[in-house]
Amino acid sequence: MSARVAVVLFPGSNCELDVARSIEHLGGTAEIVFHGETDLRGADAVVIPGGFAHGDYLRTGAIARFSPVMEAVAAHARAGGPVVGICNGFQILTEAGLLPGALQKNAGLRFLCDVVEVRVVSTRSALTCSAERGAVLRIPINHFEGNYTCDAATLERLQAQDRVVMRYVDNPNGSLDDIAGICNEAGNVVGLMPHPERASEAILGSVDGVVLLRSLLDAATKGVRLPG
Amino acid sequence: MKFEARVEVSHLPGVLDPQGATVERALPALGYRNVSEIRIGKAIRLVVEAPDETAAHAQVEEMCERLLANPVIEAYEIEICREDPGS
Repeated sequence: MSARVAVVLFPGSNCELDVARSIEHLGGTAEIVFHGETDLRGADAVVIPGGFAHGDYLRTGAIARFSPVMEAVAAHARAGGPVVGICNGFQILTEAGLLPGALQKNAGLRFLCDVVEVRVVSTRSALTCSAERGAVLRIPINHFEGNYTCDAATLERLQAQDRVVMRYVDNPNGSLDDIAGICNEAGNVVGLMPHPERASEAILGSVDGVVLLRSLLDAATKGVRLPG
Repeated sequence: MKFEARVEVSHLPGVLDPQGATVERALPALGYRNVSEIRIGKAIRLVVEAPDETAAHAQVEEMCERLLANPVIEAYEIEICREDPGS
């Protein structure tokens, strides 16, 4: 059975169709769910795609967190279902308290649009469970607020619990500990700044994002047991 | 009673303020070489109806914790003044 993935659409999201296409390309079923909806229609997994949800007014993700659909996303996460936030989606997950820390402006104060190398650090997350630890992936980034930060105690916990999912090989934005993506304690909620959907077909210049999306579909269908 | 609240949101100490750092590098180019510790934040003003100043303050503080600021990286200061009843 193919995995059913809900792709949340906020006013201002702009990567939802790319994500949906990449999921379907890999044999999954994608369904766009509007932010005003209150249930995920029985989806196995949720992706919060990139963009500028609610115009990113006040702070990135600050308003999106109050959209009705976020209750359903939080419930899905609590039940152990895979939830992935890409770029703006990562920012929304931190604002919603589903992931610790925050994403602040890039250290160089530049909007970054580039292809970067990230190293898979942990394979205990829903987004990396079928990847190889240490694998280096070439994936596009496209953000102004991707500079991950958290307090020292949180960083220590992330490291000790193997929750740093991927690190930049060459840190582009000043992110603490070169962090490109993290997960929650159970590993089912993942946030990352790079866009795996933009590296999902040869014509896009890289297929390195496939292993991540494949992991998500595996986690969604097989109920891959993530160590708690 | 109506109160005007002025909220100043700033970065927590230790959190990188790239905007402040950039402006700090730009000012010497205009000849201001005696400037340091520039921090750039946000100013939010709102009018809140509450029975008294304490209640108004408490409510604005709650708004700061829940929405106006991100306590992970931001600090906030609240100033409450009574709106001129004539206005």
